[in-house]
Amino acid sequence: MKQSPVFRIFFPILLVLIIVPTLFPFLWMLLSSIKSQVDIISWPPKFVFDPTMINFYKVFREQDFLKYLINSSIVGVSSVALSLLMGLPAAYSIARFGQKRLAVFILIARLMPGISFLMPWYIVFSRLGLMDSYTALILSHILIAMPVVVWVMSAYFEGVPRELEESAMIDGATQQFAFLRIVLPLSVPGVVTATTLSFIFSWNNFMFSQVLSMEKTKTLPIAVYNFMSYAEVDWGGVMAAAVAIMAPAIVLTMIFQKYVVKGLTMGAVKG
Amino acid sequence: MIKSGFFERNLRYIFPLPALFFVLLLMVFPVAYTLVISFTDWALTSGRPMKFVGFSSYLGVLKEPRFIDAFGRTFSFTIGAVVLEAVIGTVLALVLNREFVGKNGIKFILLLPLVSTPVAIGIVWNLFYDPTIGFLNYCLSILGLPQSGWVTDASTVLPSLIMVDVWQWTPMIALIVLAGLAGLSSEPYESARVDGANSTQIFCFITLPMIMPTILTAVILRAIDALKTFDIIYAMTGGGPGYASETINIMAYKYSFEYFDLGSASAMLVFLFVLVLAASLGVMRLRKRFEA
Repeated sequence: MKQSPVFRIFFPILLVLIIVPTLFPFLWMLLSSIKSQVDIISWPPKFVFDPTMINFYKVFREQDFLKYLINSSIVGVSSVALSLLMGLPAAYSIARFGQKRLAVFILIARLMPGISFLMPWYIVFSRLGLMDSYTALILSHILIAMPVVVWVMSAYFEGVPRELEESAMIDGATQQFAFLRIVLPLSVPGVVTATTLSFIFSWNNFMFSQVLSMEKTKTLPIAVYNFMSYAEVDWGGVMAAAVAIMAPAIVLTMIFQKYVVKGLTMGAVKG
Repeated sequence: MIKSGFFERNLRYIFPLPALFFVLLLMVFPVAYTLVISFTDWALTSGRPMKFVGFSSYLGVLKEPRFIDAFGRTFSFTIGAVVLEAVIGTVLALVLNREFVGKNGIKFILLLPLVSTPVAIGIVWNLFYDPTIGFLNYCLSILGLPQSGWVTDASTVLPSLIMVDVWQWTPMIALIVLAGLAGLSSEPYESARVDGANSTQIFCFITLPMIMPTILTAVILRAIDALKTFDIIYAMTGGGPGYASETINIMAYKYSFEYFDLGSASAMLVFLFVLVLAASLGVMRLRKRFEA
């Protein structure tokens, strides 16, 4: 469509109006993370100050942040791996055999309020002595990751032409062989989408870990949250922690931008 | 086919089995358990065993003004946030729906709020909202406007939380609608231009009806998530000041894991399911009407 000249002048202004409010909280977080407490609580807010790394030092040295980072990684990687293991065959089956009901059934896990599983889990895991264990956390995070895998991959598998499998099967290959050797290698972009998104969701999850983990398996969001509950908020420390927790998700998004956009939008557009 | 073993013939049942088993074990069983608990009087702190009491937990919850307020608040929060996000998000998408240098950069910027950890987002916004050192009160003072208590004031806490939700989730609607716009066929536009339609007419009679199903799907997804919002509210206000920002989800959480009154908490959760279910069905029906 041809743009009117008025629009061409206003377009850059509109872009700035979109970019600035979106980015400003990130910028402020970054700036505050390298401010001293005095600079943070000064009024009016300071834009020019002497940067310091003390907050990051405190977070990683005094707060055991590395441990929580490792916990979050263990839980994220394990739950995503298990979700792929269970979700990929399920998604393939949904796509190839048209199992719509199964798809809806697994998606309900995405729609239900998490706390409605959490309370029974809390009771059962306590009785089984699984509180503060990686097992409990990983199991709970699979329920976050697997629906994403099934959602993204069933749509993706539907787009893989059936003829490729059929011709392999005429040559004597079994369907599971066709899935593993033909469909799956062709679906790498879909798997990247599903993996990135489900890892980010697991990484960001707060509620499940808040209830199921304690000192040993505490994940990053809980550590960041606990940082706040000090008598006087150590804003610099909290902002450094916020930067540290967001960095991995943002780096992943930067690398896999195309896939993340696709994953977040595909369900709605395909309907 | 030459060989057709048991595995091969029953692939359609065997492939989904692990996922199905997992969902049954970790979702269906717990939800059924919640339903059972909702018909009992069970408080972990009282030391009494679970007792079947029929609908009395439901009646108790319904008689509780705090729950009625939380129920209404859940609606206000969801409707306020989702309407703003749908309108602003659609406008953003329409603005961005053209080729320009740096379009991918903008898409990346729009992704940032979506992939950020909600708890951390909540904390950053708390710094903005801080009445004494916050950036927002500084902006108000520059403009010569009276300062606000933001999340520390019962009268402004809900709009303040809605603003955070709008900041975080408007980009999702924008990206979804943008993807929807990219998938539209150009034929209706060409024939409209041949017929001499102006750009307002083209927008109202072609673009909007064609992307309406996409917008509505985005709205369903967003509304369901907004009804269940937990992290942001819990991290920013914990439901306070007083109960001024307590939604059903937050209240059920407190009843479960702070007061350990599982009977009442389960009853609240059942109300929340029904709400989520009704919202999904309602909007899906609306969407069907638009497609027809």
